[in-house]
Amino acid sequence: MSRSTNEAHLPGLRQPAPANDGLDAPFWEGTRAHELRVQRCKKCGLHQWGPEWMCHACNSLDLDWVAVEPTGHIYSWQRPHHPVHNALSDRGPYIIVLVELPHADNVRMVGNLLGDPLQEVEIGAPVSVVFEDRDGDPDFTLVQWEVI
Amino acid sequence: MNDDYNLRGKVAVVGVGETTYYKHGQSPDPEFVLVLKAILAACEDAGINPKEIDGFCSYSNDRNDPPRLANALGIPELRFSNMQWTSGGGGAAAAVQNASGAIMAGSANVVVAYRGLAQGQFGRFGRSGGSRPVSGAAAYTLPYGMMSAAQMYAMRTTRFMHEHGVGRGAMRAIAMACYHHAQNNPRAVMNGKTLDAETYDSSRWITEPYRLFDCCLENDGAAAMIITRTDRAKDLAKAPALVLGAQQSGGHRSGATAENATDYVTSSFKPAVKHLYAQAGITATDIDVVQSYENFTGGVVMSLIEHGLCTYENADEVLTFDNLRADGGKLPLNTSGGNLAECYMHGLGLQIEAVRQVRGESCNQVPDVKVALANAGPMVAVASTALYGTEETA
Repeated sequence: MSRSTNEAHLPGLRQPAPANDGLDAPFWEGTRAHELRVQRCKKCGLHQWGPEWMCHACNSLDLDWVAVEPTGHIYSWQRPHHPVHNALSDRGPYIIVLVELPHADNVRMVGNLLGDPLQEVEIGAPVSVVFEDRDGDPDFTLVQWEVI
Repeated sequence: MNDDYNLRGKVAVVGVGETTYYKHGQSPDPEFVLVLKAILAACEDAGINPKEIDGFCSYSNDRNDPPRLANALGIPELRFSNMQWTSGGGGAAAAVQNASGAIMAGSANVVVAYRGLAQGQFGRFGRSGGSRPVSGAAAYTLPYGMMSAAQMYAMRTTRFMHEHGVGRGAMRAIAMACYHHAQNNPRAVMNGKTLDAETYDSSRWITEPYRLFDCCLENDGAAAMIITRTDRAKDLAKAPALVLGAQQSGGHRSGATAENATDYVTSSFKPAVKHLYAQAGITATDIDVVQSYENFTGGVVMSLIEHGLCTYENADEVLTFDNLRADGGKLPLNTSGGNLAECYMHGLGLQIEAVRQVRGESCNQVPDVKVALANAGPMVAVASTALYGTEETA
């Protein structure tokens, strides 16, 4: 239910790096392996995103990383037109979506919606992950989305 | 509420002041000088010697720290220094709250709440750059082109409009009311520049659903408020604006990264408003004039609903240009021009305008104001909100 691409959707922006305390290293390792990983509490089973050192429900410090189904639906969206970074100056509009993951306690993730940048975006539309493999220092993989 | 644990009416704003407000990058003065000038202006307004200041409160990691300010001003006793953590301009009313708390606790007698910005000296909010890797929360948004404030708060408004079917008409009316009020305000950066519905509707997208005129300005300047015990105010130059209440709040996981706040479609005021009205002993119907922080107009709509000034159902009917104007409207809003048209002094200008309305000194004075509301934040992790009243409301 996912695919991958080598095409950069928004080239030239700052690349992600794992937090220097190691908190989200398993997430970024997961995207390289084309797996969508989020935290899950070993004690109460709740999925959690963004990552934290503690389960916000039961306050357990014993958290796991699990691969979840890389599909969801659009919870909200925006279409930036005004470029706020030099790398976006000649890019034109693009779409940012907030995707809710029903298979992971409805946590939400931010990414771009691929395809026509002027497409009509429908809240609730089903989407699946496109792993965007990028050259960098080191190489990295972003989590993008496309309508199913 | 046990009166011993309620500051209601016991603390007052006795002086307000600001520098000239400039377009971003155009201040002839360094930021630190702007802050000093604003503090002197507020002291002069109060009729108080700057050397009486013994406490400082600010927010949003203001760069002008109290020890340096106290040194420059020659203050003999620096007794209280406070920084409201995170959430940018959402800390404006919280600075007043924190100052009031310090006075109530006997930690200081004369506290200045202040904010200074010189974006030419230090860089703009609405512009991002650099090429170094990003980590933590920014790593989940920035590589996807989500980095400016407008982008951080756009999707809440999209979802709000989707869930409640309201917003666009109200957003336009809010922007038009701000520009309308700026025309009578000689301090306003947008004085002389009017905004009609056609201009709003044809303005360019910043990020859908925000058009250009939905977004706050970026400016250089500084503003300050002098806060002290109400029983001290009778010796001073102006009638006091009593602090009837001041609160801040984040909801459940309101600071969660990557847009994971539990209650997503909110201006973040729900807990604060509940405590504010209980503290002040009033309801929304007692409020005569409203200053509601506009980072983006969509957040103002949510803020006004969460302050009980309209409902999800009637927002588009209540929030019209005719209702929001000081000259005859039922819900006068942002009567200085606010962050959209007076100046983006990170919301402290809205607190000051509420004080001026209570004193009867506004450029767009609403008749017979007894209670004025001024909030700060919307949609941020921690928002803050305050009520000011005349002496008769004590």
